[in-house]
Amino acid sequence: MLLGRVVGTVVPCVVYEGLQGVPMLIVQPLDRIGQPEGRTIVAADATRTAGPGELVYYEGGREAALALDPSFVPVDHAIIGIVDDLHREDR
Amino acid sequence: MIIGTVSGEIHSTIQHPFYSGKKLLLVEREDAFGARTGAYVIAVDTVDAGVGDRVLINEEGGGAREVVRSADAPVRSLIVGIVDAVETD
Repeated sequence: MLLGRVVGTVVPCVVYEGLQGVPMLIVQPLDRIGQPEGRTIVAADATRTAGPGELVYYEGGREAALALDPSFVPVDHAIIGIVDDLHREDR
Repeated sequence: MIIGTVSGEIHSTIQHPFYSGKKLLLVEREDAFGARTGAYVIAVDTVDAGVGDRVLINEEGGGAREVVRSADAPVRSLIVGIVDAVETD
């Protein structure tokens, strides 16, 4: 999993079977120190509670779909959890 | 599998139910010579690793789900060992 910051919301009008009601959020991937890195992605929100501004961790690939219910759905990234606190030790 | 050094812990209340009670660690990836590559991964700890430990990470979903004994857990990255030493020529 990687860290990301939710920066927006996608409102689809028609989705593939199984994706109805699944929140789709725009996520800016972050590097190891929390700085934006690379292009934004659209991720399905498996927590269903994340919103813009929040620090989250997300998974890609097959595991993204497994986080959803039903899990046999066409998604490539899913938000797995919301970060309360990130304790880093910089050496 | 990959080698990395644990650099932080992630605390989370709202998460997928599978991750409830699991310890998540932020691991900075290293090459074979111990140099950081700049990349990182958030992995589930299965060996009681801590910040500063050099660890071995399994990064493949099928194997990870075998370890956690679940066919549908959304998990790919697991810390599966603590490294004492790496020898390279």
